[in-house]
Amino acid sequence: MPQIFHRSTNTFSRVSIFGAVFIAASLLGVAGLIVRSPYLTNVGVPISQPVPFSHQHHVRDDGIDCRYCHTSVETSSFAGIPSTQICMNCHSQIWTNAPLLQPVRDSWATGKPLEWNRVNDLPDFVYFNHSAHVTKGIGCVSCHGRIDQMQLTAKAESLQMEWCVNCHMKPEDFVRPKEFVFSMDWQPTESQATLGPRLVQVYQIQSKISCSTCHR
Amino acid sequence: MRKDEFNPELHNRLVTAESTQHSALSTQHSYWRSLDELADTPEFREWLHREFPRGAAVWEESQSVSRRQFLKLMGASMMLAGLSACNFGPPNEKIVPYVRQPEDLVLGKPLYYTSAFSLSGYATGLLVESHTGRPIKVEGNPDHPSSLGATDAFAQASVLSLYDPDRSQTVVHNQSRSDWDSFVREFRAALDPIRGRQGAGLRILAETVNSPTLAEQLQTVLTQMPSAKWHQYEPINRDNVRAGATLAFGQDVETVYHLDKADVILALDADFLSCGGGTLRYAREFATRRDPQNMNRLYAAEPTLTLTGAKADHRFMVRASEIESFARTVARVLSVDVGGVQNFALTKRMNGLIRDLQAHRGSSLVMAGDYQPPVVHALAHAMNDALGNVGSTLEYREPIHASAVDQMQSLRDLVADIDANKVELLIILGGNPAYSAPADLGFADRLSKVANRVHLSLYSDETSAVCNWHVNAAHYLEAWSDARGHDGTTTILQPLIAPLYGGKSAHELLALITSAAEQSAHDIVRAFWQKKNGPSSGSTTLSTGFDAFWRKALNDGVIANSSARPKSVTLNRDVFKQAQTQTPVSNPPSLEIVFRPDPTLYDGQFANNAWLQELPKPLTKITWDNVALIAPALAQRMNLDNNDVVELKYQNRTVRAPVWLMPGQADNTVVVQLGYGRTRAGKVGDERGYNAYLIRNSNAPWFDVGVEMRKVGDDYALATTQRHQTIEGRNVMRAGTLKEFRANQNFVREMDEHHGGEIIYPEYKYDGYKWGMAINMSACVGCNACVVACQAENNIPVVGKSEVLRDRKMHWLRVDAYYKGTPDEPEAHFQPVPCMHCETAPCEVVCPVAATTHSSEGLNEMTYNRCIGTRYCSNNCPYKVRRFNFFQYTDYETPVLKLLNNPDVTVRSRGVMEKCTYCVQRINRARITAEREGRRIREGEVVTACQAACPTEAIIFGDLNDANSRVVKLKASPLNYAMLAELNTRPRTTYLAELRNLNPEIKDE
Repeated sequence: MPQIFHRSTNTFSRVSIFGAVFIAASLLGVAGLIVRSPYLTNVGVPISQPVPFSHQHHVRDDGIDCRYCHTSVETSSFAGIPSTQICMNCHSQIWTNAPLLQPVRDSWATGKPLEWNRVNDLPDFVYFNHSAHVTKGIGCVSCHGRIDQMQLTAKAESLQMEWCVNCHMKPEDFVRPKEFVFSMDWQPTESQATLGPRLVQVYQIQSKISCSTCHR
Repeated sequence: MRKDEFNPELHNRLVTAESTQHSALSTQHSYWRSLDELADTPEFREWLHREFPRGAAVWEESQSVSRRQFLKLMGASMMLAGLSACNFGPPNEKIVPYVRQPEDLVLGKPLYYTSAFSLSGYATGLLVESHTGRPIKVEGNPDHPSSLGATDAFAQASVLSLYDPDRSQTVVHNQSRSDWDSFVREFRAALDPIRGRQGAGLRILAETVNSPTLAEQLQTVLTQMPSAKWHQYEPINRDNVRAGATLAFGQDVETVYHLDKADVILALDADFLSCGGGTLRYAREFATRRDPQNMNRLYAAEPTLTLTGAKADHRFMVRASEIESFARTVARVLSVDVGGVQNFALTKRMNGLIRDLQAHRGSSLVMAGDYQPPVVHALAHAMNDALGNVGSTLEYREPIHASAVDQMQSLRDLVADIDANKVELLIILGGNPAYSAPADLGFADRLSKVANRVHLSLYSDETSAVCNWHVNAAHYLEAWSDARGHDGTTTILQPLIAPLYGGKSAHELLALITSAAEQSAHDIVRAFWQKKNGPSSGSTTLSTGFDAFWRKALNDGVIANSSARPKSVTLNRDVFKQAQTQTPVSNPPSLEIVFRPDPTLYDGQFANNAWLQELPKPLTKITWDNVALIAPALAQRMNLDNNDVVELKYQNRTVRAPVWLMPGQADNTVVVQLGYGRTRAGKVGDERGYNAYLIRNSNAPWFDVGVEMRKVGDDYALATTQRHQTIEGRNVMRAGTLKEFRANQNFVREMDEHHGGEIIYPEYKYDGYKWGMAINMSACVGCNACVVACQAENNIPVVGKSEVLRDRKMHWLRVDAYYKGTPDEPEAHFQPVPCMHCETAPCEVVCPVAATTHSSEGLNEMTYNRCIGTRYCSNNCPYKVRRFNFFQYTDYETPVLKLLNNPDVTVRSRGVMEKCTYCVQRINRARITAEREGRRIREGEVVTACQAACPTEAIIFGDLNDANSRVVKLKASPLNYAMLAELNTRPRTTYLAELRNLNPEIKDE
């Protein structure tokens, strides 16, 4: 009885066994890249808004402090999205006829709130607290990026758990003096490697990594 | 007993039960949770040995699932599960800021407002937690004398009623949709001719009025129209209390007890630990004296086991009709001139009780229950007088209810007037009399004789159905009002949310009569208090004027110095000679019927509240149904068993009810609970249980002889949680006597089993916070407030009766009831069981996806988003505190129910395990506040939901690393023990064994 398979089948099977492992690994690798890519995380992708609000203009050009609009960032979990009233504090005086601001004036006149599209959105099973971070020396820029350079607001970081845990494991790489939390362009005057651990100690940063720190 | 009535199996069970009792088993093995367990029936064994009993029943039911179909379904679910993973990127969500943000509101932080919850005319002060305008949780107001920071299960569940989608959402006219304006027009048109006749033909039927403003409005109506009448009726009322005071003193008084000063307490069918005015305060005062250093002694005489009877050191099983004889017998020895012949045998136990009372003159207390006739109340007053207790353990105050009347008589008068065609316009303010009036009055049928019937209520219920106008009422969290607590302290109720369905309050309805223009409840209540504080709103009672008073009252939740004034009364000592009402005891005694409010639905007003429906009744642990309770001995004689349906015939009216064997119930007594059998309660409450009002009589609303009970032969499935998670003879429940404790402080610890063996895990040092809990079972009264508080705080869904029958309840915290002794005279104990948060938790090591892990502070954490539902953890948990979402129990569809959810706790979905978290959201909130302020969390800053609700401070939570914390001090007690410590799980939740203070004269230990 002749051999069913030709000798060359051996080579063929060796290649395919090796290939299967390689292909599977590369597929996983590609999947990992896709999951972390802006295609899925929306990092750097501006979201359309009812009013094309420019952080660049308000923060850099006008020099308005973050807390003027995000009022509860130091006291609450939620940083606060400005009420129409806060917009109108200025815009009842300046740019009163700008067509771009028509939705704001409508909201003020009708009492119907503006509906913004969320840029930074955490899943509902994640509990993030702004006040816990900004009062312990984590700057706005660490998570929100150079918001002062964004004409249209986009997400700066992936907000994936991997990214959160990176900082929670090594807060000393990111902590800054409390007085510069709201500064967009602060640079450490000494090496972060010496400043960071010192601040972690002074601020008694625990940066817990228990599950219930964020999930409850 | 006829021979054919003999049930060999049941007989066997009871005989075994007794022999178990008398056998030489050590004390630790003598606790039982159900009669089945006591007798160790084969059925019970089967139940016990299945981890998730009848878990596959879902498949069995549908029958049609073949192997092929199963594979098809599985294939399809795999595919669909794959599809669901195909959503790319985060969903598009909106942020909607305020147009003008309210000044005090910080988004992400709750606000608390004071209010009060009233039940049968007694208010409990509350602090209501509001998240962005949604009230989601109530806590007790520590400054309110009736609350002292605690709440009961009803108040905790009231937030669910607020968001109940079945609440009436519109005005209804002749069963069709209408609106408030049309109602106002037609109401005024109907009222005008009546006004011309000085109000002749106008009747107002209200429940017990404990709102000073409402009382004044009603008075104004009567002043404007002298011929109008104000009737009062509520199925659970204080008629007996009022009549008893009138009998003893010639006038009504409000009795306020001081249980903390009482060394010896005698409760004559008085269930002061579970219902009535001031129950939360009394429970706290009682519990403070369960401390072994200074322990009180409670005697209870009652026909059926109640929470008070369960806590009693000595319990006398007395039929309801014989309580009077019992009281007379005791009173006579205490030198009260009771006259007449006594036929209640003075036993050795009673002599012990009487001598104990005599030995504690001025520090003893006799309490009579609301269900007992007036003469028992008068006897209690006389005994307290004879013992010199007035002024020390109790005091008399001015009545707190406006124009209190005999409500049963008031309802009878109304019925008579309707029959005489004297009623033209009847306004029913709240309540549901068509359902809850005694059957002999035929109230529902008579109602239709009245030309114009207006019913103001939360639900379009049985009464609304027979009224031509139904006005949807505002919930108490939606309306302005005021209410008085058990000692008269007044609270102003402020709305937490605008009426969801435009409901109106009784104030607004009455204002239609008293004034030409419509008035808001806010203006009415404010005007009342302004007038009360003086004519000018300038500086009168307070130097800073009325506004300051108003703001302070709203801020504090109590109006300063508003409690009822003390009243001095003189006892009419001759009264008992005349008031010989005791019924002769027939021989052999005939069957007696006893009516009681349902422990969770009360009089039926909470029938559509799913939290209360699924809340296990404290003693039977039955959910979703009421039963007829009978003594095991009677069951044996009548060949009855649990779940058997009987027909109860009383005064020619019949009702069918499933029976339940109640340990500790007086023989020849059948106890029925009011509140079930609703027909128009809503989706949750309709057609559940049986309606005991159908056999209630106005002349004997609480008990009577002459009921006939007949076995029907049917079987009715009752969903009880009492058989879930059984103890297999382990000594998880520990109790002893004060004498034992004094003889050997370590007797509780000596019950520990030692299996030896070291822990294989490396030691972990908890150097930050180390959370722990201690539960003092001497204080726990089994009231269930903690269970509902936990449910409200943690977004716990209900599962429904069919799921409870399969052992699938979701309560993170359960209260186990244990019995010891014979089925006839058991000793009852309660043990709340949350997650133990074991330091070496067996659940954690078996999770394949690390969804349950240990925190650095010792919490056993459950991460829902990781859980894949293997249920290994639950299988490995020795305490059975893990709960699995077998189905999508949480309602994601009904929009209004979404408002109820606590935003700080994840809403769980199907296929996810969950369990007690020690309220980690509250720990995190306190931690973040403390971190922000650069300090440690202070003692008392983290209060778990169960702890906050507990009236007796039985649950104490805190940091075990803080040597001064209350939890550390409690855990240092020699009574402290860990459940199943021999498993080396090192639970963080530990228990303090219950102690009883037995009278050495009665029982030699």
